Amino acid sequence: MNTRWLAGKALTAFLTLIFVLVFNFFLFRVMGDPTSQLARLPRATPEEIRQLQAYYGLDKPLVGQFADYVADTATADLGISQKTRRPVWTEIGEALPWTLLLVGTGTLLAMVIGTWLGIVAATRRGTRTDDGLLGFSLFTYASPEYWIGIILILLFAVAIPIFPAGLQETPGSQLTGLDRVLDIGEHLVLPATAMTLMLLGQYFVIMRSSMVDVLTEDFVTVKRATGLPWARVVRGHAVPNALLPLVTLSAIQFGIVMGGAVTIETIFSWPGLGELSYQAINDKDFPVLQGTFLVFSVAVILLNFLADCLYFFLDPRVQAP
Amino acid sequence: MRAVLATRRGKFSFGVLALFLFIAVFGALIAPQDPRASSTDVLEGPSAAHLLGTTEVGSDVLSQLLVGARVSIVVGFAAAVISAVIGAAIGIVGGYFGGWTDRAFDSLENWFLVIPQLPLMVVLARLLDPSLTVLIAVIGLTSWAGTGRIVRAQVLTLKERAFVERARALGASDRHIMRVHILPNALPLIFANTVLIVAVAILAEAALAFLGLGDPESISWGSMIEQGFEAGAPSAGAWWYVVPPGLCIALLVFAVGLFGYLFEQQVNPRLQERT
Repeated sequence: MNTRWLAGKALTAFLTLIFVLVFNFFLFRVMGDPTSQLARLPRATPEEIRQLQAYYGLDKPLVGQFADYVADTATADLGISQKTRRPVWTEIGEALPWTLLLVGTGTLLAMVIGTWLGIVAATRRGTRTDDGLLGFSLFTYASPEYWIGIILILLFAVAIPIFPAGLQETPGSQLTGLDRVLDIGEHLVLPATAMTLMLLGQYFVIMRSSMVDVLTEDFVTVKRATGLPWARVVRGHAVPNALLPLVTLSAIQFGIVMGGAVTIETIFSWPGLGELSYQAINDKDFPVLQGTFLVFSVAVILLNFLADCLYFFLDPRVQAP
Repeated sequence: MRAVLATRRGKFSFGVLALFLFIAVFGALIAPQDPRASSTDVLEGPSAAHLLGTTEVGSDVLSQLLVGARVSIVVGFAAAVISAVIGAAIGIVGGYFGGWTDRAFDSLENWFLVIPQLPLMVVLARLLDPSLTVLIAVIGLTSWAGTGRIVRAQVLTLKERAFVERARALGASDRHIMRVHILPNALPLIFANTVLIVAVAILAEAALAFLGLGDPESISWGSMIEQGFEAGAPSAGAWWYVVPPGLCIALLVFAVGLFGYLFEQQVNPRLQERT
């Protein structure tokens, strides 16, 4: 097995991670100079500002500050929220499961439905079904995802009030166990649908063109000539071969997914990392913004690397020495 | 270009694009009312006086829509041009020289491709305090990596061609070769890619405006959605306030994307055999 390829990917992921740390540090220390933020404190004397600077380690040279930053980050110390005065890591820890739930559900649904529709369109190439599906997926791809979310609210929470328009569970309800799960599930429907519609188009387009390619290959014709039913040729032979580009696509999508988490969570007041970022933008709460940005970046790098690993095990061609 | 316009899809996308460009230029003149004027008709549905209803302070939604086209289009195109210039420069220089320059640029591109773009833009825009210039710069600076990749691949084949060889034999400098022989040949590909970036940039401007990071001085489609959302238009059922701006964004992005896609089919050699 050619593990050098995988080792190369691991090294790239690691270097990107380092670069993210350096960038994050300089971005917030140099561009968003914390000293100038301290100077905005009401009635702070120069003496007090100097004390605060010493407290935050801002009087040290930049290299020393960077070493502090790396050490703090490595020990999950991301500072204190300027608004709530709680540790940033606590706030992120509370928000993370909600984002995982929303993003996970949305991605999974988009993957399954998009792939399935792609197969349907490719096997009916040139028909009305194909044109309609292509038009629909391109339109959802061009639409802002938060706008899709607003339309879902207008349709299914206001015009036909069957789903809640926001939040993750009914406020004040003391539900436990299965009742709570169902309550959360009900709240999840609209945001997860918005996320699915946002990601669907890409999976559809890639799967469709990949299937179109595979269906014209010789082995499909040969299988067909042996008298195998068409449905079994598609399901048993064409689809597995056409799936590979989707692994690469899901890796590219992770970055877009994080952007979608920010806007969709904002629309639905879904208490995840995106909503946390949105609050931080409004309150100019830089430690929180820095923390969520770091988590988003690290998540994308790790997921990318995971996709590479998956690719490695699925495609024998990259394993060849 | 002529081949693109010959198709029905090409005509459609070009028509939509031309219409929106017209609105971007003359929107303020054809707007029936002052888009900022308030009135007592608060959150009213469409009527003869207000064809698309009113906002939470009684402004005319249609007028805001017409005026808002300009910001979306200006930011979209300006950011795409910045992105094209950076992407082309890095792609050409990296591809042409190869070696360590190429590897350094490649890691930089890798990084920009991996980092989630919206969170990055949000962070930059927040730190710099939003304005039209900041929006354009932030979007342009974060969206060039894909162009860089594609241009580099093209340059790798171009630099082996006979005319580059000949120019080098005649003693032409690297700068001369890149400017006179490589750039013009990569230009169609750069242009096609830039059109696709325009679509991305329009969506990016709208998303930033929606998150409250737009230019506070001007009305854009993204800021309209933000205003409507903040004013509770969705739960009040005031669809006329929030649906039209999003529809305009979707239509414009759809047309621009389709146009870029058709153009790319014509100029990208790797896409030509495929159907």
